[in-house]
Amino acid sequence: MVKLQIDKALCIGCGACVEGCPHSALKMEGDFPVVDERCILCGACIDVCPVAALSIPREKGKEDLSVYRGIWVYAQKAGGGLHSSSFELLGKARELAKILGCEVSAVLLGDKVDYMAGELFAHGADRVYLADHPELATARTEPYGETVLSLVREHRPEAILLPATIEGRDIGSYVASVIETGLTADCTELGIDPENRNLLQTRPAFGGNIMATIVCPNKRPQMATVRPKVFPMPKREERSGEIVRASVAFSAPCRVEVLEHTPIAGGCSIEDANVIVSGGMGMKKAENFALLKELADILGGSVGASRAAVDAGWIDFDHQVGQTGKTVRPNLYIACGISGAVQHLAGMNHSDVIIAINQDPQAPIFELASYGAVGDAKAIVAELVGVLKEKLES
Amino acid sequence: MRVVVCIKQVPSSTKVKINPETNTLMRDQAGTIVNPFDEFAVEEAVRVVERHGGEAIALSMGPPQAEEALRAALEQGCDRAYLVSDRAFAGADTLATSHTLAAAIKKIEAELGKVDLIICGKQAIDGDTGQVGPSLAVRLGIPPLSYVSKIIGINLEAGKITAERSLEEGKEVVRSDLPAVLTVLKNINIPRYPSLLAKRKAKQKSVDKLGLKDLDLPEEKTGLKGSPTWVVRIFTPEARSSKAQIYTGEPSHTARLLADRIMEIKCKGKGEADG
Repeated sequence: MVKLQIDKALCIGCGACVEGCPHSALKMEGDFPVVDERCILCGACIDVCPVAALSIPREKGKEDLSVYRGIWVYAQKAGGGLHSSSFELLGKARELAKILGCEVSAVLLGDKVDYMAGELFAHGADRVYLADHPELATARTEPYGETVLSLVREHRPEAILLPATIEGRDIGSYVASVIETGLTADCTELGIDPENRNLLQTRPAFGGNIMATIVCPNKRPQMATVRPKVFPMPKREERSGEIVRASVAFSAPCRVEVLEHTPIAGGCSIEDANVIVSGGMGMKKAENFALLKELADILGGSVGASRAAVDAGWIDFDHQVGQTGKTVRPNLYIACGISGAVQHLAGMNHSDVIIAINQDPQAPIFELASYGAVGDAKAIVAELVGVLKEKLES
Repeated sequence: MRVVVCIKQVPSSTKVKINPETNTLMRDQAGTIVNPFDEFAVEEAVRVVERHGGEAIALSMGPPQAEEALRAALEQGCDRAYLVSDRAFAGADTLATSHTLAAAIKKIEAELGKVDLIICGKQAIDGDTGQVGPSLAVRLGIPPLSYVSKIIGINLEAGKITAERSLEEGKEVVRSDLPAVLTVLKNINIPRYPSLLAKRKAKQKSVDKLGLKDLDLPEEKTGLKGSPTWVVRIFTPEARSSKAQIYTGEPSHTARLLADRIMEIKCKGKGEADG
């Protein structure tokens, strides 16, 4: 069993680790700290020890990792084309591949999807692994996961990036679990440690209150799901590449059938919107969300909401922006009556321009905003609707 | 039918900050709660058993004090509870956790009989990964159904479950073989408040403990040893530098100023798109 090691020769008995333990698992006994069964080896104490007296013994892996080369991007489809995250990930993968000196490949699954390969090349793929089969017409975890798995086993990439969408998370979890490698969820930053080719995967934890950088040093491929809209869209270039066709075979019938698919009424989901008008408790009641809809319609945008507004039943969960809802990156985000809880900010802080309207001038949302107005959100939005109508008509 | 619901004990507040001087995690308040998403999972497990008969079993991996979370699940209506706890499990990432939970479910099956359905919350509020449920399905060799917003029907004779999933761009109705692992969203139900009677009944139930030695699982698959991912650094997110222009005054006045800014942004956006 692995235990926290305390080097008594180095320890100065300062007690910083005791204070720094989020699980109250350390206490001072005499001059030295002792650890009890509450320790979950989170490593918080190691980070705070001023003299590096604490450590968690880690075993070195025995597997030869050098046979794994190249970065793969899982290309998610959307509508009749590709999800924008596929391109964002290719852009980032190119940056990382430059440091590693390796190639970038996209993995594309579907039924009659050959025509999409060109766009993947144009956005940075050197190679497209293409699995084309009628069974792959809609994304289902098991057939998709099995197909990606057989490609991974054959071609052995060192890293696989997937979008942190429902599809990407499902398939990432499936593949990583079967091959028993690491999967880091919901990354917002990626880098490379050139010394050991480790992928440095940074992600928010504790509702976005802290960031953690995670590595997977002894296993390949290193897998990460990445939040859509965190990385910019790469420039489209005229370039082509190699298509590698995967042989697709399914041994067992799929255990999950899709019986029905109903798209969200009203079309545009908030993740794709260029303008989002979001409301929180400061809108006072459900009826006032009609004003937000009106403002959103004028600006050609969609309506979002804080968790509190969704919990109050004012608007459907599909509209929730934040850590437990959706991540958005519109050109313009107008937060109306939203104070700006960290978990909400985590879902919208990459918006290009943020406008905040709130009663409380101390509200955290103002720290993030480019422009703001202090006052009753409902009254200001109502005025804003009037003024904008006037302006757009003239 | 036999339903297992997996729960996690989490810190009661995610409002942690890092003290910049000492680099320590600072929590607003101590204390722990049942992961809020798991309360929906527990409620759904109890409802399934109320509808179809059988038993709902709460399962948690965690330190000894995670028994409190299982006690809460018993109060909410679960019939039994298992705590999987061992020093060897410390430091587990999602992969190691899925191994441990899967081995525990196999142990429960050996003791009580076949498990027909496993329900997990969408994600835990401390780690926010949402990976343990889907990974558990792989370990058990059964289908994962994530983001479930409604159980439409269960046909136990046919061994099928029909459920609605809420996806980004719409809803999907799927039919899956049982057993399956469901991860459920918070709009699936409204968890009940335990009645006094339910609380009293829960007091008479025991929380069974399982350690590494009770499981058919090699130690190197558990805890830190079984975890391919390592946390190498924690830090406070960078604050967005902002030169906010904040307007005050009458709504008619501030709205007009905001409208001007919005028009500028829209024109600029349009110019870029055209160019």
